[in-house]
Amino acid sequence: MSALTALAQLRAIRDGAAQRITTVRHCHLAPRPMVFIPLRLAGETAAPLAAMVGTDPDHPRLLVVPQPRNRDLRFAFAAGLAEVLLPYVEGFGKTTETVEKKGGEPYERCLDAPQILVPNRSAAAFVALLGRSTRFRRADGPYPVHPSVPLLGRWLTYFADRSQQPGSSLLLVATEALSMHWATGQSGLEDANLAAQLGWIAPPPGMSGRRAAEEAEDPLLWPPAGPTTDPGFDNEVLGPAVRAYEEAPTDRAVERVTQALRTQLEPTWRLMWRAARLLRELPEGRRVKDRWETDRGSFTRFAERIAEGGPPQARRDGAVGAAARLAGLERARASYDVQRAYDDPLVMAEYRLTGEAFSGTVTGADPEHTEGEGRSRKLRPLITVRTEDPVRLTAGTTVGSPDRRGHAAEIVEIADGEITLKITKGMGRGKTPAPGAVPEPGERVSYTSLTDDFQSSAALPDPERTPWTHGGPPEEYVPSDDDAQEEWS
Amino acid sequence: MNRLDELRGPVPSRPHDARAIAALAANPGCARRALMDAAGVDKDRTARHLGFPAPFGQSQFAITRGNVFEALVKENGCAELLRLLRELLGLPVAQVGYQDVESVGSHLRHSHTRTLIDRAARENDDAAVFYDHPLFSLEIAGHTSYLEPDVVAFQLGGRFRIVEIKSFGVIDGQAEPEKVAAAARQAAVYVLALRTLLADLGHDPERVSHDVVLVCPENFANRPTATLVDVRKQLAVLKRQLARMTRVDRLLEGLPQGLTFDLAPDPDGVPTRSAEDLAGALSQVPARYAPDCLSTCDMCMFCRDEARGCGSTDLLGRQVRDQLGGVSLMTEALGLAEGTVEPAEGQEEVARLLRLADRLREECLN
Repeated sequence: MSALTALAQLRAIRDGAAQRITTVRHCHLAPRPMVFIPLRLAGETAAPLAAMVGTDPDHPRLLVVPQPRNRDLRFAFAAGLAEVLLPYVEGFGKTTETVEKKGGEPYERCLDAPQILVPNRSAAAFVALLGRSTRFRRADGPYPVHPSVPLLGRWLTYFADRSQQPGSSLLLVATEALSMHWATGQSGLEDANLAAQLGWIAPPPGMSGRRAAEEAEDPLLWPPAGPTTDPGFDNEVLGPAVRAYEEAPTDRAVERVTQALRTQLEPTWRLMWRAARLLRELPEGRRVKDRWETDRGSFTRFAERIAEGGPPQARRDGAVGAAARLAGLERARASYDVQRAYDDPLVMAEYRLTGEAFSGTVTGADPEHTEGEGRSRKLRPLITVRTEDPVRLTAGTTVGSPDRRGHAAEIVEIADGEITLKITKGMGRGKTPAPGAVPEPGERVSYTSLTDDFQSSAALPDPERTPWTHGGPPEEYVPSDDDAQEEWS
Repeated sequence: MNRLDELRGPVPSRPHDARAIAALAANPGCARRALMDAAGVDKDRTARHLGFPAPFGQSQFAITRGNVFEALVKENGCAELLRLLRELLGLPVAQVGYQDVESVGSHLRHSHTRTLIDRAARENDDAAVFYDHPLFSLEIAGHTSYLEPDVVAFQLGGRFRIVEIKSFGVIDGQAEPEKVAAAARQAAVYVLALRTLLADLGHDPERVSHDVVLVCPENFANRPTATLVDVRKQLAVLKRQLARMTRVDRLLEGLPQGLTFDLAPDPDGVPTRSAEDLAGALSQVPARYAPDCLSTCDMCMFCRDEARGCGSTDLLGRQVRDQLGGVSLMTEALGLAEGTVEPAEGQEEVARLLRLADRLREECLN
C-alpha cells in the first residue's frame, strides 16, 4: 500500500469506478486457462461439496457430492476432478524445447504450462487441503481409491505451493490478480469478494461501480465465490436437499442437490471468465515472459518427478528444506518487485515517491569522458539529469535504468535537482560508447537504486547434515500405510 | 430508571457473546458499540430493523459439526478430554469429577460458578474436576458484563486451566492462523474473568494458567487433539484495552435526555418504532467504523453506510488512512492532492506527498 494506491482509491470513490494502478499486466494469462471454483461443506475442514471446473466458458463441468459426509462419495468427487484436471495438466508435458545451459547439460522444458484460475485466496488454500487429503492415498491396500486420486493430490499440492511464489502464474487467484492492477473504492477486506470487486472494475452499463459493488454483496443475487457457501442457502436450500438424498438416494435426489449447487456456482463461473477477459485486455509487461519461463521450468521438473515415480510431497518440510524454501521465496519477492518497477512506470512511481528512483530530462552529456591513465584508462561517460522528484539517493550509489538493459551508472553529485551520473556499464568495449548507449540531452530518463541482480541461493547444508540445533538430520519420509488409510470424515 | 435500561427499552438485556468480546479488543474506541453492549441492546435485531442486517449467518452444517465435535469431546463426563489432558500435561490423573454448572437455573449460574471455584481453590485437594458451562462476569467499561463461555474450566490441586473446544481442523500441526488468533483472544477473556473471580474471592489469580488448552479435530478425522496456546500477549492487550476504554458512565453523561434505542416492540415482539427515528437516535452516539467491523460487529453495515455518507477515509481501512497522513475526510485528502485545498498547519508534509503522488499518476497515465 502506497500513497499512490491510496490516492487512486479516493479517486475510485469519487468517480464511482475503479482506477488503474499499473500501466501493464504483471501476470501471465494463458490462452486456455482452467477455471476451478471449489465449494466446501460449511464447518468442515476439507469436505468438498461441489466444484465447477473447465477450460471452456460455455461448457463448465459441475462436480457434486450429494452427501458431503460420505467418504466414498468424496473420493468419487476427487476421481471426477482428476478426470478433468489431469488430462489438461498432462497435455502440456508433451511438447518440449531443448534449453542449452551455459556450462551445464542441455535440458528439456515444456513449451507451455497449465494455468489454473481460482476466485480467491481461500480457494487456493482449499486446493492445498484437497491436495493434502488425497495425495497419500493408494490404489491398492485396505481402502483403495481410484489411481488418479493420489496423482490429483500431488498436482493440487504442487499448484497450491507454487501460488505462494511471488511472480508465479501457474495458479492465479482472481481477486489478487485484479487488485494488483486496479484500485477500487472499497477496503482490501471487501475486495476479497470477487463480485463486489468486479462491480467496481466493470460495472454493468449505466450503473456506478459503487452501486454494482453494493448489489454484489447480496448473496441472493451474487452467491459467495466460495469455498464457503452462503449460510442462508445452506439452511434453506442445501440442507433439505441433502436430507432428501439421505432418505432416498435416487437420481432425482442427486439432481436436486446438483441443481441447487449449480445456482451457487454459475454466477461465479461467469465472473471468473470476465476477470480473465479484463486481465487479458491489459498489455503484457516485458518481463512477464521471463517469469512464465521460470514457471514452465518448474512445471517440467515436477512432471518429471512424477514420471520418475518420486514419492508424494511430505507432510512438512524438514529444517533445511524449509529454510531453502523461505530463502527462495524471499529472492523471488525481491526480484518480482524490481521487475514490476522496471516494466511499469506507474509501479516505478512508487519508488520515485519514496526517493529511491527519479525521472528527469538529460541536460548535459560528456559521452567520451574517461577516467584513469594509460592502460587503466576507462571510458566513463558523464550525464546530468534535471529532475523534480525528491531524490533520496547519495553520491556513490549504483543505479540502473528501465530504459536500457544492462545499463548501470553511479551517482557522482546531487545538487538542486541536477544529478550528475557516471555511466559504468552497457556502453560497449570501444574507445567511444556504442551508439545510443549514452542518453542524449533532451532525452527523458529514469534511474533507480533497485537492481535485479542475480542472487545466489542461500548456502545451506545437505539435509543429512542438518545441525542438532535444528533437530538433526530428518528421518527420510517414507509413505506409510497409515497415511494412505487416514480418515477423511 | 437506570440510564442503560432506558437506552435498551423494556426487553431483557443481552449478555456479551464471543463476537462482542472479539470486537472489544479490535475496536475499543467505538462509543456506539460500547454503549449498546453495556446496555445489552440486541444489536442484530437493531441492525435488521434499520434495514442493514449483518452478513453473519451460521450454516446448519457448521452448527451441527460444532455440536457433534463438542459432544464427542465431552462424552461420558469429558472422558476423551481427560485423556487428551493427561497426554498433553503429563498429569497423573486417573479420575476426574465433572460439574455441569448449567444444571442449576440460569439466575443461579454465576453464584454457583463462584461457589464451586471458591471451594476448589480452598480445598486444594488432588481431585481433578471439569466445570462445564461456567458463567463468568467481567467489568467492561465500568459495567459488569456476564460471559457465557463455550468452555470448560479444568482444575487440579487448586490450579485452573481454560479449555476451549473448536471445530476447525489442525492439519499436520497447523491450523488457520486467523481462527487460532480468534480462539486465543476469546480464551484470554475467560482467563482474565476467572483470574478476576479468584482475586475477588481472595485467592491468588495466578492460579489460572496463561496457557489455555485448545481442542480441535486432528487432520481430516473427527478425532480431537489438544494443544497449549500461550495467551499472555492477548491478555496484556485485553487488559490495556479494558483500562483505556472510556468509562460507560462518562459516555452516558453526554447523552441527550430521553435518548433511547428502544425498538418499541408490540405484544408480539414486532418493532413499532420507525427505522428512520431509530437511525436518528443512533447517530447521536458516534461510531468508529473500520473495515474490520465487517467481521466482528452486528452494526457494521449501518455504520459503513454512515461512514460513506460523510466521506470518511476510515472506509478504506487504517492502512489507507495512514498513507493519507491521517486526513479523515476524502474530499480533504483529494483537495490536498489536487491543490484545491490549502494545507492546514502540520499538514504540509502530507500535502507535499499527496501532490507528488497526484503529479506522478498524471504523468504515468497520460
